[in-house]
Amino acid sequence: MTSLTINGKEYKVDATADIPLLWVIREQCGLTGTKFGCGIAQCGACTVHLDGQPVRSCVTPAISAEGKNITTIEGIATDKNTLHIVQQAWIEEQTPQCGYCQSGQIMSAVTLLNENPSPSDEEIDAAMSGNICRCGMYGRIKSAIKRASATLQSSNPL
Amino acid sequence: MKKWTRRAFIGAGVLAGGTLVIGIAIRPGNRSSKVAGLIASEGETVMNIWLKIAPDNTVTAIIPHAEMGQGVHTALAMMLADEMDADWSNMKFQEAPADKEYANYTLLKGFIAGNATFPKFIEETIDGVFLTAVKSLNFQITGGSASVRFTGQQAMRIAGAAAKSMLMQAAADTWKVPVDELTAQNSIISHPSSKRSATFAELAPAAAKVNIPTQPKLKSPGEFTLMGTSQPRFDIPAKVTGEAQFGMDVQVPGMKYATIKAAPVFGSKVKSVDTTVSSSQQGVKKIVNLGDAVAVIADGYWQAKTTLDALPIEFEATENSGLNQEEIMDRYRKAMDTDLADGNLDTHFKDGDAAKAFEKSTILVEAEYQLPFLAHATMEPMNCTAWVHDGKCELWCGSQNPLGVRAAAAELLEIDIDQVTVHNQLLGGGFGRRSETDVMKQAILIAKEVEYPVKLIWSREEDTQHDVYREATISRMKAGLDESGLPIAYAHQFIFKHHPPEAADIPYTIPNQLIQYSSPASHVPWGNWRSVDHSTHGFLTESFIDEMAHAAKQDPFGYRKSLTKDNSRFQRVLDMVYEKSNWGNPLPANWGRGIAIAQSFGSIVAEVAEVEVSIDGKVKVHRVVCAVDPGFAIHPNGFIAQMESGIIYGLAAAMTGEITIENGAVAQSNFHNYPVTRMNEAPKIETHIINSGNPPGGGGEPSTPVIAPAVTNAIFDATGIRIRQLPISKNDLRASIRQTT
Repeated sequence: MTSLTINGKEYKVDATADIPLLWVIREQCGLTGTKFGCGIAQCGACTVHLDGQPVRSCVTPAISAEGKNITTIEGIATDKNTLHIVQQAWIEEQTPQCGYCQSGQIMSAVTLLNENPSPSDEEIDAAMSGNICRCGMYGRIKSAIKRASATLQSSNPL
Repeated sequence: MKKWTRRAFIGAGVLAGGTLVIGIAIRPGNRSSKVAGLIASEGETVMNIWLKIAPDNTVTAIIPHAEMGQGVHTALAMMLADEMDADWSNMKFQEAPADKEYANYTLLKGFIAGNATFPKFIEETIDGVFLTAVKSLNFQITGGSASVRFTGQQAMRIAGAAAKSMLMQAAADTWKVPVDELTAQNSIISHPSSKRSATFAELAPAAAKVNIPTQPKLKSPGEFTLMGTSQPRFDIPAKVTGEAQFGMDVQVPGMKYATIKAAPVFGSKVKSVDTTVSSSQQGVKKIVNLGDAVAVIADGYWQAKTTLDALPIEFEATENSGLNQEEIMDRYRKAMDTDLADGNLDTHFKDGDAAKAFEKSTILVEAEYQLPFLAHATMEPMNCTAWVHDGKCELWCGSQNPLGVRAAAAELLEIDIDQVTVHNQLLGGGFGRRSETDVMKQAILIAKEVEYPVKLIWSREEDTQHDVYREATISRMKAGLDESGLPIAYAHQFIFKHHPPEAADIPYTIPNQLIQYSSPASHVPWGNWRSVDHSTHGFLTESFIDEMAHAAKQDPFGYRKSLTKDNSRFQRVLDMVYEKSNWGNPLPANWGRGIAIAQSFGSIVAEVAEVEVSIDGKVKVHRVVCAVDPGFAIHPNGFIAQMESGIIYGLAAAMTGEITIENGAVAQSNFHNYPVTRMNEAPKIETHIINSGNPPGGGGEPSTPVIAPAVTNAIFDATGIRIRQLPISKNDLRASIRQTT
C-alpha cells in the first residue's frame, strides 16, 4: 500500500511501480475532475499540482508523489462552498464549452498566477500552450486569467 | 410523401402517485402520460412533454439534446421560459430520456420545412409520416446545428406558449374574469384590476383541465425578455469545479475497466491471439477477442492498457494492407478521369451550357485542389460503460444520438429496446464523432462476457486511428470569365457527396454551371465532421472565387459583392466584415488579408483573416474578424462562443490537420503527430452578429467552413502563393520560394 496526500486528505492506494498518478487519482481515489486526454503529456487535461508545481499526472508515477502534497481541481478552493479566484473568473467569462479540458486549464492558470500575478499576453501564452482546448476557447481562457489577475491586484494592493 | 399537418391532441389524466398530467402534445399523439413516469416525480405537474411545474413553482424544461458545450440546455430552456413568462431564476432543465417520445421530430421536420430535402442516409426509409419515421429511425440526434433552429423554434417556444395559455385560462375561470385582462410575469398570473395573483404552481392543477390551444400565440421579437439575452449557462459552474460528469467519469459500483485494440487496417480481422490470462498479469480479469478487435478487462485502465500493449496479436492481411495515402489519391483521380470519360459522373447542379460558354470566355481559370482525411480528436477519448445482466443492458456514455445507441444495443443483444437504458452524460466534445454507436457496441460485447459493469476506455491512439473521418478529396474547378472579368461559366468536378445536399452549391450569380461528382470506393470509414460537406466545399468555393477575382484583377471583397447583388443578407454580411476588418487598410510587410463567406445550416458567415508569413515560411494568424447573420441569436454570448470554437476547430484542420494512410492503417496516433491549435497559435477573434429577423440559423458549425479559405486567401495576399492543398503546413512558403512563384 502506498500513502498519498491529495487535497490534504490521506489515501491508501495500491500503486505498482509504473502506474501513473492520473489513474490512481481517478479510479482509486474517485476524484474524477482530473481528466485523461492523451496519456503522453501532450494535452494538459490531467494537470495536477505536486507541492504547488504543475505536473502531467498521466506520465507521473504515482509512487513518485508519495510524501508530497497533491492538489487536484477538487482541492484548489479553500472549502466546498467557495470558489478559487480563478474558478470564479472562469464562470464570469463563461469560459468553458464542453469543459473537459478546463480542470487542466484552471490548474495551469492557478500556478501561473501564483508565480506571476499579472502576466502579459505572451507570458499567458507561454504558460498555457501545453493545455489543449478542442473547443478553442483560448480567447476566453486568456480573458479569465486577466480577470483573475485583476481581482488578485485589487484584493492585494501593493 | 404525405404532407404533415400540425395538430395538437388533448388529454388529461392522473398517474399513479397522484401526479397530475396535462396531456398536450405539440406533435401528433398524446404522449404526456407516456413520458410522465420518465421525467416527473410525485407532486410535479407535467404540462406537456417539454415542461413540468413543481409545487415550489420551479419550472423545468425537458431538453431532448446532449450538452457538449454548445449551451443547448440553457438556450432551449430560455426559449421555453420566455414564451411561458416563467421566472428565469426559478427555471431548471433536465435532459430528456433516451426515449422514442423525444425522437427528433422537429429536427427532421426542419430538414423539410427549411426547403431542404432529407439527408440521403434517411431518405429511403421515410414512410410518409414524419413522426413514425423519426421514431422508427430512433433519431434523437444533437447535430446539424439544429437544436435552436428546429427543436427550439418548433417545440420549446410552442410548448412554453401553450402552457402559459392554459395557466391563464385556468386563472380566468377561477377568478371569473376575461382572460385578456390577465398578465403573466415571473411564473405568476395576475389580474391587475382586482389585484389578484396566483403562481403557476397554484394554477397548474386547474390548468390541467383546460383545453389546449392548438395554435398558441408566440411572442414577436419586441416582446422577448430572455431570447436575445446571454443568461449564464447552466452547465458552467460544475465545469470549473471538476464536478461535471462526463462519460469518462461514470462510476458504477463493482465496475471494472477495459481497453481495446482494433485491427489497424479497417476491415481486417484478428488472426490469432492468446486470451489466456496468466497469473503474472496482475489485476487482469479477462481477455476478449471480438473478432475485429481485442479487449482486456482489468481492475484499472492502466493494468488493462499495459497488458494489451504487451499482448501479441496477429491480424489478417486484407487487400488494403499495403495501401498508402498517395495510392488512395491516385485512385480517386483515376476514378474521376474514368467517370468523366465514360459519362458516369453524377450531376449535382446544371444550368445553361457550361461547355459552350467556356469557348466564349476571354479568361480561363483552372485549378485542382486536394484535401486530407481529418480525425475529430474530441478532448475526451471515446468511452462507454456497459452492464449486461438479466436480459437487460444499461449504458453510460456521452452521445449525440442516445436513442440510436439504445436501438443499436437492442439489435446487437437481440433484446427488446425497453430492456436497454442509456444514461447520457456530458460530452467532452462531439463534433459529429459522438453521433456514432461503434464504441457502445464494443462496450456491450465486452460486458456481455462478464457479469459486472465494464467501463471501456479508448486510448488516444485508438481514438485517432479508429475514428470515422472527414473525407480526403480531390476537386477540379474551372471558370470562364468575359473580357470584363465577370464569370460566364463555372464547372466543378468533386468526389464524395454526403450532406447537407446543398453544400456544393455556390452563392454567386454565374450563368452556365455544371457541378458533378464521383463516388470512388474507399476503405476508410467516413463520418460527420463538424460542418460535414461544407468543410470541404467552403474551402473549394471560396478559394476558387478568390482565384477568379485575381484573374479578373479585381478586389476579392468587391468581386464577391458584385456576384451576390441579389442576396441582401450576403451583401450585409460582406459589408459588415469589410467595415470591421478595415479591409483595404495597409498591413505590415509579409502580412496579408483574406476573405471568405458561406451559408451553412441557416447562418451566413464571412470571415477576414489577417496573416503573417515569416521569411522562413511560418504562418501566424493574428486576427480573425467574423460577421454572421444567424437570423436571430437566441443567446448572443453563447453564439459568439460557437463562432470562436468553429473558427479554432477549422483553423487547426487548415494549418496542420492531416490523417494519412500507411499500409492500410492510420499513420497518426496522438497530438504530437496530429497537432491541433494551441493558445500561442490562436488568433484574436472578433465576432459581429447581424440579427436580420430571419428564422434562427445554426451556431455549432457555420463558422468552420470559411476559416481555411480566409487564411489561405490571406497567405496568397501576403506571398502570392496559392494554397491548393491542405493542410497549410504541407506547403513551402519560404521567401525564397515566393520570388519564383
